[in-house]
Amino acid sequence: MVAKFDLNDDSVVVIIGTGAGGGVLANELAQKGVKVVALEAGGRYLPEDYVNDEWDSFAQLAWLDARTTSGSWRVAKDFAGLPAWIVKAVGGTTTHWAGASIRFQDHEWKALTTYGAVEGANLLDWPIDAAEMAPWYDKAETKLGVTRTGDRAGLPGNNNYLVFEKGAKALGYKEVHTGRMAINSSDYDGRMACQQTGFCFQGCKWGAKWSAAYTDIPAGEATGNLEVRERAHVARILHNEAGKVTGVEYFDAEGNLQMQKARIVCVAGNSFESPRLLLNSASSLFPDGLANSSGMVGKNYMRHTTGSVYAIFDKPVRMWRGTTMAGIIQDEARHDPSRGFVGGYELETLSLGLPFMAAFLNPGGWGRGFTTALDHYENMAGMWIVGEDMPQLQNGVTLSEAKDQFGLPVANVHFDDHPNDVAMRNHAYKQGMAVYEAVGATRAFPTPPYPSTHNLGTNRMSAEAKDGVCNKWGQTHDIANLFISDGSQFTTGAAENPTLTIVALAIRQADHIAREMSAGNI
Amino acid sequence: MTKHDLRGLTRRQLLSRSLSAAGALAVTGAGFIAAPNAAWAVEVTTITPEQMATLLQMARDIYPHDQVADRFYAVAVRGYDSEEQKDFVAEGVAALDAAAQAAGFDSYVAAGWEEDRVKLLQSIETTPFFQTIRAGLVTGLYNQKEVWPIFGYQGESFSEGGYIDRGFNDIDWL
Ligand SMILES: Cc1cc2nc3c(=O)[nH]c(=O)nc-3n(C[C@H](O)[C@H](O)[C@H](O)COP(=O)(O)OP(=O)(O)OC[C@H]3O[C@@H](n4cnc5c(N)ncnc54)[C@H](O)[C@@H]3O)c2cc1C
Ligand code: SF4
Repeated sequence: MVAKFDLNDDSVVVIIGTGAGGGVLANELAQKGVKVVALEAGGRYLPEDYVNDEWDSFAQLAWLDARTTSGSWRVAKDFAGLPAWIVKAVGGTTTHWAGASIRFQDHEWKALTTYGAVEGANLLDWPIDAAEMAPWYDKAETKLGVTRTGDRAGLPGNNNYLVFEKGAKALGYKEVHTGRMAINSSDYDGRMACQQTGFCFQGCKWGAKWSAAYTDIPAGEATGNLEVRERAHVARILHNEAGKVTGVEYFDAEGNLQMQKARIVCVAGNSFESPRLLLNSASSLFPDGLANSSGMVGKNYMRHTTGSVYAIFDKPVRMWRGTTMAGIIQDEARHDPSRGFVGGYELETLSLGLPFMAAFLNPGGWGRGFTTALDHYENMAGMWIVGEDMPQLQNGVTLSEAKDQFGLPVANVHFDDHPNDVAMRNHAYKQGMAVYEAVGATRAFPTPPYPSTHNLGTNRMSAEAKDGVCNKWGQTHDIANLFISDGSQFTTGAAENPTLTIVALAIRQADHIAREMSAGNI
Repeated sequence: MTKHDLRGLTRRQLLSRSLSAAGALAVTGAGFIAAPNAAWAVEVTTITPEQMATLLQMARDIYPHDQVADRFYAVAVRGYDSEEQKDFVAEGVAALDAAAQAAGFDSYVAAGWEEDRVKLLQSIETTPFFQTIRAGLVTGLYNQKEVWPIFGYQGESFSEGGYIDRGFNDIDWL
């Protein structure tokens, strides 16, 4: 039986956002008997609703509320109102995600210690380490059914992967495989195996890919402890004179302002909306926004050093057939400053359909230089770069002059590449093009980063309250019953796709919150 | 180009679905712009046929695909034939033609070589007119499902059971 809680019930945990962080946290708490109200700005879409069409799916699922941009990143020019490609729906961006699920490397939990201070970067060690995270990663991999972990087999390689693998091996790369993916290689957890439809980014219509929308959310609801309110856009977090949070104000589906009381509030709106919400909740007691005594709310935004390499061959590849991202080269993920930068990067297969390829191959590009590339779309292979970028103080979210449909100041997202990011990207472009040239590519394209899909760090974890927003449990340093539960708590980004780590942290945080609640500490 | 070439077209018929043999665009002078063989036509009601012909030529020059017939480009730009876009189009086309005349051509469309027309477009590349037309084409042209097969793209695949039994790993030349 799906729960229904009263607006005045101040014993509930309110979770804002139901994506990788919030959706998992909601289920984990519900499983432990904690009463949860999850407020989600978007609507509810399930596999039967997803569409195998890039723009239609984007219109259905993407976060399209206003945002503004600044800084020297190319996204600010090409996609000024769309700094991120993320989802507004129950399940959050786990509907769109490709499923690549890899753990941080041990040293990446300690970036400052490992890399040393980097000029212009605001590096910090995480207040947790690999040993502490290992059991939580185990649980996360089991939950997501990650291939090549436990006894789960890898996915078969598709055409795009076979080209990538051959080139990688020719270059001497050793750690090359079809990835550790939250996509079923055989039936698992009541969901079927991947049918290689090739629309992982548009929501998996078979349910073969893990998404909170049709796993954790319904599982949590089945306990009778979780109520998910969809189309509920949280405007402000409220607090009392003692500086404890007491509830949230949100606009319901009809646009009416509601107030839900809470014992604990967990913020999981992804790295733009979470800090925006804390900043928009400023009060006379907290004039700079909630949990912001360090001044770090909205700062240190990271988006991974990304970019893509597409290449054309003299024969067909048909990269769109099959899983979008099941292929990885991990050899460059190591920390090896002799390459001219700290940290490392992964190379992962990637395919876009023709409509997105036209929009993203070289945004703004036109003329025959551009169109002759698309002419050979059928003969194209593609890969994506994902590497560790440097946290920088000035990169991040501030409140914009612009207002959203509710009259609330929107997030302005500022980003400048750090020289380390640029050096890494250029190295990765070179290696990526070499992979394809090794299999006979006739032309290769170092494609610029898309609007951000990985958004991290704007409410970061720190050992010391002065360096960040939350402690090792995601609990804010300033307010004991306010938690950060999404990717914004990342201290540094590591080279790996973030979601497995977001999920592992959410499972761990649920354990902590339940324990602290029963101890009467919060 | 005579009226005769347009026989069979009704005024309601914005575009014929029949396949076009490639051919230069032609202004018919009767509120239509059509292919010389009458294989397709766009009716204009608000902007002039000459302006529509200019937009079509721009579309071809911005995203030239020689294997993609004119009618697909026509679909991508016909939305500019509207009351709201009328002044925008008139001013933009006039500026482009002025640039063409300064370069010694009668008009942009009259410049015979793509290379020459591309130079003219480059001279207006930063204008809102050019940027709007270009940006609109990204979805207007490439998001037409009928265009996808020309590039080999297969689109929707769920209804056919994905590619698990339809060649997801059928590459044979590696
Ligand atoms: C195309 C694509 C491919 C990706 N592929 C991968 C991959 O292969 N591997 C990987 O690890 N990661 C991948 N990612 C990234 C991954 O999806 C995100 O890192 C992850 O989902 C972030 O989790 P989150 O909890 O921080 O936020 P989200 O999952 O984005 O959830 C945030 C939710 O909060 C809601 N919300 C925001 N503000 C409010 C508010 N004020 N009130 C109520 N609700 C609100 C939003 O609507 C949203 O549903 C991909 C992302 C994209 C876009
Ligand atoms: S390729 Fe596999 S995981 Fe991706 S959408 Fe299709 S069935 Fe789902």
